[in-house]
Formats: sequence, C-alpha cells, structure tokens
Amino acid sequence: MNAKLTDRIATICFYLIAFLILSVLAILIGFILYQGLHVIDWTFITQPPGSILTGGGGVAPQLFNSFYLLVLTMLITIPIGLGGGIYMAEYAKPGKWTQMIRLSIEVLSSLPSIVVGLFGLLLFVQLTGWGFSLLSGALALSVFNLPLMVRVVEQAISAVPKEQTEASLALGVTHWQTIMKVILPAALPGIITGFILASGRVFGEAAALLFTAGMTSPVLDFTNWDPSSPTSPLNPLRPASTLAVHIWKINSESIVSDASKIAAGSSALLIIGVLIFNLSARFLGQWFYKKLTSTR
Amino acid sequence: MTAKIEVHDFNLFYGKNQALHDLNFQLNEREVTAFIGPSGCGKSTFLRSINRMNDLIPNVKVRGQIKIDQQNVYDPHQDLVELRKHVGMVFQQPNPFPLSIYDNVVYGPRIHGISKKAELNEIVERTLKQANLWDEVKDRLDAPALGLSGGQQQRLVIARVLAIQPDIILMDEPASALDPISTERLEELIIQLKESYTIVIVTHNMQQAQRISDQTAFFLNGYVVEFAQTQRLFQQPTQQKTAEYIAGQFG
Repeated sequence: MNAKLTDRIATICFYLIAFLILSVLAILIGFILYQGLHVIDWTFITQPPGSILTGGGGVAPQLFNSFYLLVLTMLITIPIGLGGGIYMAEYAKPGKWTQMIRLSIEVLSSLPSIVVGLFGLLLFVQLTGWGFSLLSGALALSVFNLPLMVRVVEQAISAVPKEQTEASLALGVTHWQTIMKVILPAALPGIITGFILASGRVFGEAAALLFTAGMTSPVLDFTNWDPSSPTSPLNPLRPASTLAVHIWKINSESIVSDASKIAAGSSALLIIGVLIFNLSARFLGQWFYKKLTSTR
Repeated sequence: MTAKIEVHDFNLFYGKNQALHDLNFQLNEREVTAFIGPSGCGKSTFLRSINRMNDLIPNVKVRGQIKIDQQNVYDPHQDLVELRKHVGMVFQQPNPFPLSIYDNVVYGPRIHGISKKAELNEIVERTLKQANLWDEVKDRLDAPALGLSGGQQQRLVIARVLAIQPDIILMDEPASALDPISTERLEELIIQLKESYTIVIVTHNMQQAQRISDQTAFFLNGYVVEFAQTQRLFQQPTQQKTAEYIAGQFG
C-alpha cells in the first residue's frame, strides 16, 4: 500500500472516531432531554414530591439539597485544595516524600465513589454519631473531590510563566508575596475553571452519598432559616437526598405511579445543571483570563 | 575606581557538575562590565549568582565569595530580600506583569511599603523618565503593559527595577529579543544609567559589548579566560582562545 493511501485512510478513521464520540454525546443528551424536558415545569422545580398514592409533585427539596451539598463540599475542599495545590507546585521539592504524596493523591482519586461512601458511613456517619446528614455527605464528597482540586490548582500554578515569578523574586519580593500578588492572580482563571468542573462532578455524584447523606429528606419548611432546627433546609445535620440519589431511588425502589416520569424529569434537570457548570466554567475562565491579563 | 563587586575563588556546582571554576575578579562601581562567551559557558549562571537567583534551582552548591560593598552575599545571615533590593535584574525576555504600565512600575515600591499616591506618582514619572519611556506612555499609564512593543516592555522592566532603588543592575542578554532600533535605544539607556548605577550585562553580541562596556570578561567552559578593559581585550587579547573567539572562529 502506498503512503498517500495509508494517510488518507488514517485521516478518515480519526474523523470517524471523532464523529462517533460526538454522536454518542448528542444522542445521550438528546434522549434525556427529549424524555424529561416536558416534565419540567414550575411545579416540578418548586414543589416537594407528592404522596405515594397520588404521585405528582416535584423535586424542590432534592434540587435544593444538591446545591446546598455542593456549597458545603466546596467550603471544605476549596481551602484545602488551594493549600495542597500551592504546596505541590511551589514548595514540594523533588524526592521520596513528594513522590509519596503524588502517589497518595492518585490512589485517592482512583477510589471508586461507592467505596468512599462506605468509608464515609463508618467515619462520618457512625463514628461521629451524626447519622445520615448533609455534613457527612459533604465530607465524603470532599474526600472524593480533593485529589482533583489539588491537581487542578497545581496545574494552574505550574502553567504560570517562570519569568513572572522570577521577575517578582528579583525585585526583593518574598516567595509568599509573590504567590499572592503574581502567581495566584495569573493562575486564577485555571483554578476557577477547575473548581467549576469539579462542582459539576459533585453535583451529579450519587454513589458516595447513598450511605452518607442518606436517601430521604425530612419535610422541609422553606421559611425556616434557623440552621439548628430539624425542619430547616439549612440544617447541616439533617439527612438529605440529592437529585442524583433521588433518580436512583425512584428508579430502583419507588412504587409511585409516575416514577418513570419523575426520573426522566430529574435526569433532564441534572443534565442541564451539569451542562451549565461546564459552559460557565469555560466562559468564566476566559473572562477572568482577559480581565487579569488585560489582553484586549 | 572603587570595586563594587569582588569575586574570590568562586565555584558553582549543579549536583556533581562544576559549572564555574575559581572565578577571581573585581567589578568597578558605576561602570558597565560585559560578560561574553559562547552559549553554556557559565556567564548567565554567574550573573544569577550575584543576586542569588540560582538559589531557586535545587542542588546548586557554591564555594567561595561574592562581596558587594565588602559584604559576602553568601554569608549565612544574608537577607535575600535586602540583597535583591540592592541588586536589580533585567531578563532576556521582557517580562512585565499582566498589569497596567503604572502598576508594573509601582509593584516593588508598593510591596516594600510605599502607599501614598503622590509618592508613587513621583516614582512612576521619575523612573519612566530615567528609562526613556515617559514620553511614549505618559498619556496611557493605565493601559496594559503587555500592549507595549518588546523594546518598550524591556524599558518598562528597567523602570520597574529602578523603582526599588538598587545600586547594581544585572542584565541577562536584555537586547537579544529586540529589533535593531530598540536595541540602539536600550544601549543609549545603559550608557546613561552608568552615571548612577553599576551595571553587569551578559551579551552574545560582541559589537554591543564594545559599544557599551568599560570592562569585559570572556567566559569559556566555566572559566574566565580573560578579564580586561574592553578596548584592550578586543584589540590586543593576551589569550589564544580570546583571540579566536572574537575573530569568530568558534562560538
């Protein structure tokens, strides 16, 4: 076979693979939206689920739980992730110790989320005595999310040109001041993009939550903003089923008459949420980059 | 001429590789000293030893002394922040921060504790005038520094260095990324700055060394082969290798 023909065949193959990936995604999202979009209306996103007998209602508590859990998780992971990433990129010296940390991060990130969930059940649910709670769920998700955060921050910092760092150090500026004034601002767009992408992952996670945040929500009173009250949506020690967990539960064990409809609607809602996270990550990242580098 | 920087038996190692061998010479105050030599001969490495930028590289070890105003910069008590405030550095690639022109100049002074607007304004005007950039940018100090041309960026970086009031300025091939006209303006600037500052410049360009420097050191494979008055070194080199290098036989 001659080289030109091989080249042409290879090119066609790569185009086909690219097309295959695109169409899998398009079919998947198209199917879910087609099934679910017509279920979503104002009632669906603002009302709690109806009773088992009547069916109907919505997924308001689950939707709220998903966002609230995300906020709690991020409150825990952002400071630790930033600190870990800065350490890995700026302070860790090559050697056995750093290698071990890197290996640990990799192992942690490859743990199946159901295993993280079981670990959370032992540690954050039983040992602490909190029972199924938002806080236990947030801690389990943090375990699952931290390696990604550390890596995102480390990569964003390593991508800052060395010349910038040197320029600052050569002006008699300390390492810490250089990190705060030069490195972090320059790395911020990458860090924010990474955080939002991680948020999308947390938003859609179910397995790690089954045994930590639980599969039920108490009846919530959305006018009660006292975090210590058991019916308050803000109480971090109450059990909470998120949208993703709700989908799993409805599909596997619910006897509500319109279960499939609710599942379809919830799935569409979840997909829309994750898509928004992904798109806003791109948009915000670029916006911040332009803002901070003052490129025009 | 008083000696500003004295180098005594200075050796530098990257792990087990010795990059600089027994350097001994003096750099005079308010003069320009040029370091010439082929790539990888150690001239930039030595330049970065003066303000201890090599400390950033793991496994670098040094032996011997570099004294600035009789003070050994490798003394264990040496404060790196103080050292680098006295020894400014200009790099090969213009490296302004992605900030406005104004904020680039006041970056150092602000961190070192100057916050009065009037004082900062005065620093910006004075240093940009010193760097021959004021007339080109005075109407757009809030414009992004990255929008300037390469030559302007390099002069801005020099203004940024002048703003921390050093007495020594190290320049690592500052003109190698610039066009001929920008290079000429930069050389004029260096000759002006010599009146108040001690300047050490690494250059690949031998004509440049002859145009701007008072003394020249020829580096080869980590040794200083010849160190002399610039005119003398180029017109009557005493070493065979120097003669071959300036005649363009290698490098």
